[in-house]
Amino acid sequence: MSDRIFAATRKGLFTIERRGGGRWEVSATEFLGDNLSLISVDPRDGTLYAAQDLGHYGTKFQRSDDGGGSFTEVGKPTYPEKPEGLEDRDAAGKEVPWNCEKIWAFAAGGDDEPGALWCGTIPGGLFRSNDRGDNWTLVESLWNEPRRKQWFGGGADMPGIHSICVDPRDSKHVALGISCGGVWVTRDRGETWDCRADGMRAAYMPPEQAFDPVIQDPHCVVQCRSAPDVLWAQHHNGIFRTTNGCEQWTEIESAQPSSFGFAVAVHPNDPDTAWFVPAIKDEARYPVDGQVVVTRTRDGGKSFEVLREGLPQQHAYDLTFRHALDVDGDGERLVFGTTTGSLWVSEDQGDQWHPVSHHLPPIHSVTFA
Amino acid sequence: MVRVTFTANLERHLSVPAADVEGATVREVLDAVFAINEPLRSYVLDDQGALRKHVNVFVSGTQVRDRGDLSDAVRGDADVYVMQALSGG
Repeated sequence: MSDRIFAATRKGLFTIERRGGGRWEVSATEFLGDNLSLISVDPRDGTLYAAQDLGHYGTKFQRSDDGGGSFTEVGKPTYPEKPEGLEDRDAAGKEVPWNCEKIWAFAAGGDDEPGALWCGTIPGGLFRSNDRGDNWTLVESLWNEPRRKQWFGGGADMPGIHSICVDPRDSKHVALGISCGGVWVTRDRGETWDCRADGMRAAYMPPEQAFDPVIQDPHCVVQCRSAPDVLWAQHHNGIFRTTNGCEQWTEIESAQPSSFGFAVAVHPNDPDTAWFVPAIKDEARYPVDGQVVVTRTRDGGKSFEVLREGLPQQHAYDLTFRHALDVDGDGERLVFGTTTGSLWVSEDQGDQWHPVSHHLPPIHSVTFA
Repeated sequence: MVRVTFTANLERHLSVPAADVEGATVREVLDAVFAINEPLRSYVLDDQGALRKHVNVFVSGTQVRDRGDLSDAVRGDADVYVMQALSGG
């Protein structure tokens, strides 16, 4: 069980620890005032990585080797010099900047490649480090893939990679979630890629393009650790699941009160159990009836429970972003944070929720550590 | 020598003492500073070497116009200020 949580927010990084009597409280702060887009832990060695999104001074990567006690700035993903005269436009005709606008996804490589990290960014570049983040290289095979021109921004002006799933059985096998660009898979550590979003449906496109894999908007994609062929996606207009390693996705339509949202977490040892934090829908991004709930399925999406014990049920307008829900390594404890600065923890798979704070800055990312 | 001074706001992130360097353009002046303070580069310039959107540079009181190539001329006795723009805050 994890007794510690990190929350990356609009105005700093917060450490939250479990005290006596099961009380969780903020125990430390770092980078106060700075916008953090992501916080993540390398499960191989416990190293903590925080991504800054400094409004004036750009994106930065910070690494902590002592569990968050101190951080050191490491290298940041940097796009290569754009060739003179090259025209690079997205599907909407907008010029794609060759500039790291946001660090939006992070994943440790496999156990057989120590020091290897993956990083996803807006405007759609995937980066790889082989030295714990000191140096990053753009994965040009994906950046130069012609179908990248079909991607477009979802929420942000430019497309971005927000989810990276490294197959625990085979570190060369990686799946990416891209808004809006579908799901992309490599089986050779990034030398070649293919779009694997068959079965996903885009309600925001004309009917004849609704099932085009390359324009899908998965908001978040997660992979079951013990059954890596099972991945869940909270998509822009629904929930999707694959049980065959992204070969085919199936829409899950049974979630109530809504299947719209950003975040999803899957139980590390049970591919049929997953959690979501729904909002009404894309043009009304707040909880149905102003009631914060978490939905949970234990049967692969055939049915959902609506979990609300301990969560506000009147005039609550919290929205949970895609990286702001996490489950611990045992699948028992969950945490989620919201744009309103609320953060709740559950120690029983979501049956009951305990408030940690309602006054944090807007929360972008949480992780157990 | 050209004296280059940085907004104190940058001190929250890294050390930026004023520097006396040679250079005939904004690009040359900033490159001379980065040669002695490489981590500063990504705070001032984006991946393509242009001024960051919300960073302003003044040469002897005049805000630079060429934010991409940084070709504005700098006289040998100029004062250069690298400032945090009000935009982006």
